[in-house]
Amino acid sequence: MASNTTDAAGHAAEAASASGMPQLDFSSWGNQIFWLLITLVVIYFVLSRIALPRIAAVLAERQGTITNDIAAAEELKAKAVEAEEAYNKALVDAKAEAARIVAETKAEIQADLNAATEKADAEIAAKAAESEKAIAEIRAGALESIKDVANATTAELVSTLGGKAEDADVAKAVDAQMKG
Amino acid sequence: MASEAHGAEQGGLEFHPMDQFLVKPLFGGDHIGLFTITNVTLWMALAVIAVVAMMVVGTRRRAIIPSRGQSIGELAYGFIYKMVEDVAGKDAVKFFPYIMTLFMFIVMANFLGLLPMSFTTTSHFAVTIGLALLVFVTVTVVGFVKNGAAFLGLFWVSSAPLALRPILAIIEVISYFVRPVSHSIRLAGNVMAGHAVIKVFAGFAAIAVVSPVSIVAITAMYGLEVLVAFIQAYVFTILTCVYLKDALHPSH
Repeated sequence: MASNTTDAAGHAAEAASASGMPQLDFSSWGNQIFWLLITLVVIYFVLSRIALPRIAAVLAERQGTITNDIAAAEELKAKAVEAEEAYNKALVDAKAEAARIVAETKAEIQADLNAATEKADAEIAAKAAESEKAIAEIRAGALESIKDVANATTAELVSTLGGKAEDADVAKAVDAQMKG
Repeated sequence: MASEAHGAEQGGLEFHPMDQFLVKPLFGGDHIGLFTITNVTLWMALAVIAVVAMMVVGTRRRAIIPSRGQSIGELAYGFIYKMVEDVAGKDAVKFFPYIMTLFMFIVMANFLGLLPMSFTTTSHFAVTIGLALLVFVTVTVVGFVKNGAAFLGLFWVSSAPLALRPILAIIEVISYFVRPVSHSIRLAGNVMAGHAVIKVFAGFAAIAVVSPVSIVAITAMYGLEVLVAFIQAYVFTILTCVYLKDALHPSH
């Protein structure tokens, strides 16, 4: 162990600390701190020059992508809402149009119907008037005929009973009877 | 490992729980000079490689949808970035690479130290005191450069009654200078204690009767040490952020 005589004191310390705590063997402290500093410097440069900027860039890029995607999704959602609104509006319009057409058609039919009914009423009224006129004529004709028949019958009866019937007297008597 | 070999040779229980912390030159010789390549060098180099693997190789594809490796790198980035921002404030973000360096080194050294037969660089006071002094010096220099003499306001508790302030100032100054001590001993102490305990249990495993118990104990301790490895790195880093906050905003 003591091959190196120049560092006998250090070896003594090392030998003593071998049974105790090697951490308290101060002869190796310089070495450890030297290598520690080298290590830290290397890690620092690796991290600050390569790793951290790279990760920061990746994270920023991902954040950007997520933000863009969310924006795009919101835009699409707005479009969908818009489309739904347009659809609803079209539906309402179509319903209103349909109702309008129905009302129009109904009114038209009603108008036609009214016209037809009026025409029919007028025709019926005309026919009724004509018929009444005809009936009146017929009635008048009938009265005339009755008078003729009555006159003839009366004249016949009078002659048959042995009387002498003057046409004027017979007509007068028949008129008087018929008025009664 | 070394302790078992010793135990077997001498036929009795003999613990060498601290042998794992010995600093040894890698290429023969006993002399440890300033530039000697030792197991410290090896395991620190492995820590550098681990950091490079995680933060550089893992993120090489710069994918928008990250792979698992890239996710871990991004997670570490986000974790420390948020810590710096939340604890030390927005203007401390320019120290983020520095704090990230400390965190990555400590966490990698701690976890590499959990490999069997490995050497744990963070179990050495030389290393943790080096780290803590680095933080202490940085924070103090930043405090004075940023705030000038106003940085001394950190020690002058203006919210306390006037009569108490000189006493509080003394306490504050002492606590300020104790910071690197607690900062470094907390890390090295935790790591060293856990590893030593595992080694002690491993020594007991040489006795057939208690070996199942000791193996269970080693497993349990190992689980605990995995936690400790991360938590101590986290604690060291967050304390660094707290100290940095004090330096940037010294008013109480």
